[in-house]
Amino acid sequence: MTVSLSHYLILAAVLFSISIAGIVINRKNIIILLMSIEIMLLAVNLNFIAFSHYLNDLAGQVFVFFILTVAAAEAAIGLAILVVLFRNKQSINVADINELKG
Amino acid sequence: MESVYLAIPLASLFGAVIAGFFGKQIGRNIAHWVTILGVGTSFILALVVLKDVAFDGAAVYNEALYTWMVSDGIRFEIGFLVDSLTAIMMVVVTSVSLMVHIYTIGYMHDDPGYQRFFSYISLFTFAMLMLVMSNNFLQLFFGWEAVGLVSYLLIGFWFKKETAIYANLKAFMVNRVGDFGFLLGIAVILMYTGSLDYYEVFSNSSRMTSETMEVIPGIEWSVITLACILLFVGAMGKSAQVPLHVWLPDSMEGPTPISALIHAATMVTAGIFMVARMSPLFELSETALSVVIVIGATTAFFMGLVGIVQNDIKRVVAYSTLSQLGYMTVALGASAYSAAIFHLMTHAFFKALLFLAAGSVIIAMHHEQDIRKMGGLKKYMPITYWVSLIGSLSLVGFPGFSGYFSKDAIISAVHNSSIPGAGYAYWMVLLGVFVTAFYSFRMFFLVFHGKERMDEHTREHLHETPPVVTLPLILLAIPSAIIGWLAIDGILFSGFLDQPIFVLSEHDTMATVGQTFHGPASFVAHGFSEPALYLAFAGIASSWYIYLKKPEIAEWFKTTFSFIYNLLDQKYYFDKFNETVFATTSRGIGHVLFRIGDALMIDGLVVNGSAKLVGWMSGVVRQVQTGYLNHYAFAMISGLILLLGWAILG
Repeated sequence: MTVSLSHYLILAAVLFSISIAGIVINRKNIIILLMSIEIMLLAVNLNFIAFSHYLNDLAGQVFVFFILTVAAAEAAIGLAILVVLFRNKQSINVADINELKG
Repeated sequence: MESVYLAIPLASLFGAVIAGFFGKQIGRNIAHWVTILGVGTSFILALVVLKDVAFDGAAVYNEALYTWMVSDGIRFEIGFLVDSLTAIMMVVVTSVSLMVHIYTIGYMHDDPGYQRFFSYISLFTFAMLMLVMSNNFLQLFFGWEAVGLVSYLLIGFWFKKETAIYANLKAFMVNRVGDFGFLLGIAVILMYTGSLDYYEVFSNSSRMTSETMEVIPGIEWSVITLACILLFVGAMGKSAQVPLHVWLPDSMEGPTPISALIHAATMVTAGIFMVARMSPLFELSETALSVVIVIGATTAFFMGLVGIVQNDIKRVVAYSTLSQLGYMTVALGASAYSAAIFHLMTHAFFKALLFLAAGSVIIAMHHEQDIRKMGGLKKYMPITYWVSLIGSLSLVGFPGFSGYFSKDAIISAVHNSSIPGAGYAYWMVLLGVFVTAFYSFRMFFLVFHGKERMDEHTREHLHETPPVVTLPLILLAIPSAIIGWLAIDGILFSGFLDQPIFVLSEHDTMATVGQTFHGPASFVAHGFSEPALYLAFAGIASSWYIYLKKPEIAEWFKTTFSFIYNLLDQKYYFDKFNETVFATTSRGIGHVLFRIGDALMIDGLVVNGSAKLVGWMSGVVRQVQTGYLNHYAFAMISGLILLLGWAILG
């Protein structure tokens, strides 16, 4: 059995769904939230690479490098915010961060 | 001539604007000079116009000067109609106004509102001229309201005096009632003739005679009757006819020159002028003429009676004005429009004279107005005494004086009239002659003859008023004495007013009077065979007997017939009635409307209600915003899925 494009796409979709579930269902930890976002990005990256390979176009892979660097920067900022948040609220519990409401 | 016509009202307006807006800068002297010059110019030009119309036979001028707008074919214009009726009115208005302007220099000498006062009376002259010179209903209404406004401002001229404020509000409100009728009348006319121009309305009046209208369901009214009665309601308000007369006696709270100019000579006669001007309409409705004559007769007699029990010198003259306006209205009802205008003219002179003379007495008495505290003023104020005598004789219709001619013409015309109600009116105006003579000379004797009842301090300072006051008195005394003799032939019997005034031949009471007219001298001689003259003599004699010889008769009457005395003293309880019925009801309605309409509906429901609704809806919507990140994320994702689904499937 060969691994076709659709397998990659299904895997990416599964990863994406898991990450969505992680964001929506998770009530405990903001770090899990950040991880879910990372997985989401990786799922997208996987799509890029799959299509890049399938279409014989390197542009997709180049894009993935960019996204990885940006994602790294984003993760750094996210963690920094997390630290500041923890200093302020003594908690990284998602349920405790509910100030943004009407 | 057009520029002359235009200059007549504008000269007065110019004076009013200068004195009104720059009164502080120009000071007192220039303020009275500029207004007197303005009104003087108007007066001289009005004389030129009268000469032109009366002696040189100038054609009727009827032109629109300015079109304000044209809406659906209806033209709203400013225009002048200058004919014999207008010319007479213009001269009467400007001459009395000029006299009052001069007199005011003396009367208002120490008043802090000197310039304001001059501005107002000039403005009044402008408004009155616009009213009488108008050739359409719109401008008539403008003038009508403008004179009402100035009247309001001037009654409340001493705005720190509570009674004056009460009086000017009362005048304004009662006039609103009349003006509402007037406006409805104009609306009916506009609806049926489609025009505001006098001549177009008159030539299309047949459209109103043939139609009927149901104002109250089930009762058919002829449109012309309805229109005329509504217009007359306006005249009742302005010309103070029962039951809308209540404002005029109270308007005496204003300064005396105003009482003379506005509330005796000119503004209150606007209603008379208007009905005379509308004679082509009123002639077509016998019902309306009947209403006019009955209301006029009631006013003429019963208001005269009230004059007998008044003790304020100005109020006596005010009730006399009401009664004389009643005479004019009776003349209108009897289709003797020219007699009404003639009486309007003579009345303007002698009543302005009487008011200004009363003002002269008031100055000398240091603003004491109670005639019970006067007496014997003859030797202190000879000029005022003699002009008052001339004015009073003219008012009671002493043979040869102006009032005699006009009043006798009215009584004869009413005698000849066959309008329903004319019989009642004849007796009322006839008895009114006695009453007029009685109250006029009661006041005259109490003020100028008999014991000196004032206190010592006032007596020491009693002296004749300065020339600036007495000069207008003398100038007004001349026409009061002789204008009737000079003008009766010209105005009543030479066909001078035939062009503006339309009388159906079966109503033409003046023609019957004219058949026996052979010059003023024979008119006087003829009067000796009529009862009116003897009633006037009887009135003078009885007031002389009662108030100079046997004052105890008046006291005896007061105690014996206290019911009648109270009825008169309370002015037939009109004020009480208005206060308890109309004022209370409208306050009640106002309170209910305030509670339900304003507080509940507008404030509660509309204003606070909409705010509450927004608050409640926000309260519901804010439940959506939990603050939990996952909820927001879920909302985002479901939105995304929905949009994607819509994009793909839709």
